Amino acid sequence: MQLSKPGPLLELTGISKAYGGVRALTGVDFSSRPSSIHAVLGENGAGKSTLIKIISGVVAPDSGTMSFDGAPVRFQTPKDANAVGIVSVFQELSVIPDLSVADNISIVDPPKRFGLIDRRAQRRRAEELLARVGCEDINPLELVRNLPLSRRQMVEIAKSLGRDPKLLILDEATSALTAADVERVYGILHRLRDQGLSLLYISHRMHEIQELADTISVFRNGRHVSTFESGTRTGDEVVQLMIGRDVSNVYPPKPVRTAPVAPVLEVKNLGWTDRLSDISFQIGAGEIVGLGGLDGQGQRELLLALFGVLKGVEGSVTVGGRNAKVNSPRAATKPAIGMALIPEDRKTEGLMLPMSIGENISLTVLHRMTRGLVIDRSEEAKRIAEMVEKLQIKVGSITDAVGTLSGGNQQKVVIAKWLLTGARILLLNDPTRGIDVGTKQEIYRLLRSLADAGTAILFYSTDYEELIGCCDRVLILYGGHVARTLEGDAISETNILASSFNLPASELPAGHGVVPA
Amino acid sequence: MRDFRLRLSQNMGPLLALVLFLVLYIFYSSLHPRGFTSDLFVQNSNEALTLILLGMAQTLPVLLGGIDLSVGPLMTLVNSLASELVSGSAVQIIFGMIVCVAVGALGGFLNGLVVVYGRLQPIVVTLASGAVFSGIALFIRPTPGGKVDGDLNWVATNALAELPGTYGWWPNGIPAWFKAIEGIPMPIIILVAVVVLIWIPFRRSETGRACYAVGSNEAAAYMSGVKIERAKLAAYTLGGLFAGLAGLYFAIQTGSGNADPIQAGTYTLNSIAAVVIGGTSLFGGSGGVIGTIFGVAVLRSITFCFRVVDTDSAVGFLANPLLQPMFEGLILLLAVSIGAAGIFKMKNRLSMFR
Repeated sequence: MQLSKPGPLLELTGISKAYGGVRALTGVDFSSRPSSIHAVLGENGAGKSTLIKIISGVVAPDSGTMSFDGAPVRFQTPKDANAVGIVSVFQELSVIPDLSVADNISIVDPPKRFGLIDRRAQRRRAEELLARVGCEDINPLELVRNLPLSRRQMVEIAKSLGRDPKLLILDEATSALTAADVERVYGILHRLRDQGLSLLYISHRMHEIQELADTISVFRNGRHVSTFESGTRTGDEVVQLMIGRDVSNVYPPKPVRTAPVAPVLEVKNLGWTDRLSDISFQIGAGEIVGLGGLDGQGQRELLLALFGVLKGVEGSVTVGGRNAKVNSPRAATKPAIGMALIPEDRKTEGLMLPMSIGENISLTVLHRMTRGLVIDRSEEAKRIAEMVEKLQIKVGSITDAVGTLSGGNQQKVVIAKWLLTGARILLLNDPTRGIDVGTKQEIYRLLRSLADAGTAILFYSTDYEELIGCCDRVLILYGGHVARTLEGDAISETNILASSFNLPASELPAGHGVVPA
Repeated sequence: MRDFRLRLSQNMGPLLALVLFLVLYIFYSSLHPRGFTSDLFVQNSNEALTLILLGMAQTLPVLLGGIDLSVGPLMTLVNSLASELVSGSAVQIIFGMIVCVAVGALGGFLNGLVVVYGRLQPIVVTLASGAVFSGIALFIRPTPGGKVDGDLNWVATNALAELPGTYGWWPNGIPAWFKAIEGIPMPIIILVAVVVLIWIPFRRSETGRACYAVGSNEAAAYMSGVKIERAKLAAYTLGGLFAGLAGLYFAIQTGSGNADPIQAGTYTLNSIAAVVIGGTSLFGGSGGVIGTIFGVAVLRSITFCFRVVDTDSAVGFLANPLLQPMFEGLILLLAVSIGAAGIFKMKNRLSMFR
């Protein structure tokens, strides 16, 4: 398909960048047009983040040239890029927790009167921008600290719009959003494109990209592999371009059960404050049970309640018939209960970033590897090596700081440290967020093989495809209770969606192929 | 209404310090033999202003998420300098005062330079620069003494009423509007002037906002294009300026200079205590000098209470001045505990770590 192309807004020629000995980008040519949504795809380590960092002025390239709006540019800091009209919404949120929403939105160039910040004008500006992203419900005076992650992300987007961008970069900007917010953001992005903006969009969610982007560029191993118009390749072809190998089966096959399995974990009438109420379910040995629904319907709280993080949890929880209501993660991990929780945010709740890969992995089981008062170093090294091998974590040396690994490998370290405990019940809180397709696939296989070995798995995911592909059953939460349990063939995108909005299946619009219950 | 409640909850720290201060001060002035009088308030505010200014100096580095161990020594340095410079003709006095404040700001600016461009930890930088400041102070004033203008001392440590008389304004009689305000202690007027002319404009400026942003989340501030270096330099410079004002007032109040390093250390530690009692987070990003002012007021009120408890009464042994540091420590713990009391309401144990 030949488009009548306006000249490119942004043009990169021969850009290379290396960190130490590692080549992150090699001779990349890249351009983006005004009035288009341009998706950048690639595995972790493919060079997407480096590309974005160069365009937005966070790092400087080793060689190559960049031009913007027809003029050559060189950015020393993000400010330089902002100045010409390049604005980024980062995956790692750049909102400031101790400032109010309004303060954050006008963090640079706030409206001023007599040289001082005009707080009324600033508040009006915040209200306008929040309205543009459909978040009129956020009070501009509220501290960002007190907002849930998905709202913070919307604040971040509102903030970026306030800077009048010509090129807006969204780096995993929708990974924290609920399905409803994602729809809203797409609406906004399409409108911005129609207003002449150039949008660069990075996401790991394949179905999002096909729906959203006009142009797709694929990166692999620091090189720009291909650019094509959206819709000209199938999803499988795109995935193949990204990982350079065949991925016929993303999800491992599910076992066929003939008889019900004995429950390992039994939850009855669980409740907590006004966020969770009357939740009952069971998970058998070898089952993967999904948790779905719109974001913020109590899924995270449910996992935290089971793991002993929340105070004042009502109802009963039993493991293998014994009371398993615990009041700390430490108690939850004791062998008699044997739970493990892969947390939502690996950087704050999963890893000690400055500590070594090895130290992170062995942290959960140190008490089982002591000889007298000291840690048995050879035993520790052996267990760590087993895990690195089993999960194929790509490490230079296990003594490197875990912060030096890519996102996917960091997540593998988190999983490794919990697998080492030999948990019988594995709780996962959106474990594939911000991870490349290849690693995701390894995680799916791992979950299935753990289940086959008898582990009971409770798997919260914000990605419907994952729930459909991985789970034997799916609990859809709505307003803190289980709205519906889907099983077998009933686990479909339409059913998940309908249940997420707590609609009876028959109320869905026609043409969705729903079989009435 | 909703906005009001939000603002209230966002200013809990300073409000708690204010309440604690009022409780202690009402206790003190009701036990005082003459009760609450203008003279008593003048005397108390004299004794508090130096530490208040120093606490303000400490607040800024703490807001950035750092700490400044050099505020006491810097104050001592300016104090010694003032005992040499702030006397003679009116021009000489004004020139001397400007030099004193400028030296304070310069000291803070140098701290800022090393922290920002040396990329060093503030605690280490200011430990070192504090020793340097103390050394220079001792060099200027090896033994306590020196001379500060007597009129200035009289005006700065009394009620406003003394100002026109001392300098011979209004020889034809005092205007009526002045009568209404002449009872206000001069230190309070100086404090209000510093807050209104320096702190509030800073707090409302883009740079002031940037300081809070840096203290709250420096990486996010960087990614947002906030001018981080400028914010840090400004914060340390302003901190130094406040420390300079503290040193200058201390010299004017005592009429002399004293380079004692031990006194400097005590002042530094008290300034940190005041900042914490005033509700500024040691992690940076939230709080402000208004809280610190109340924090100092709390600390000073404890000292005052010791003067009025009858040593012959049943609790007389508690009035032993040697126990004063212990009470200050207990109040510090109490204040911090009240601030942390929200932890019992937390239903999610994870929020303890944030």
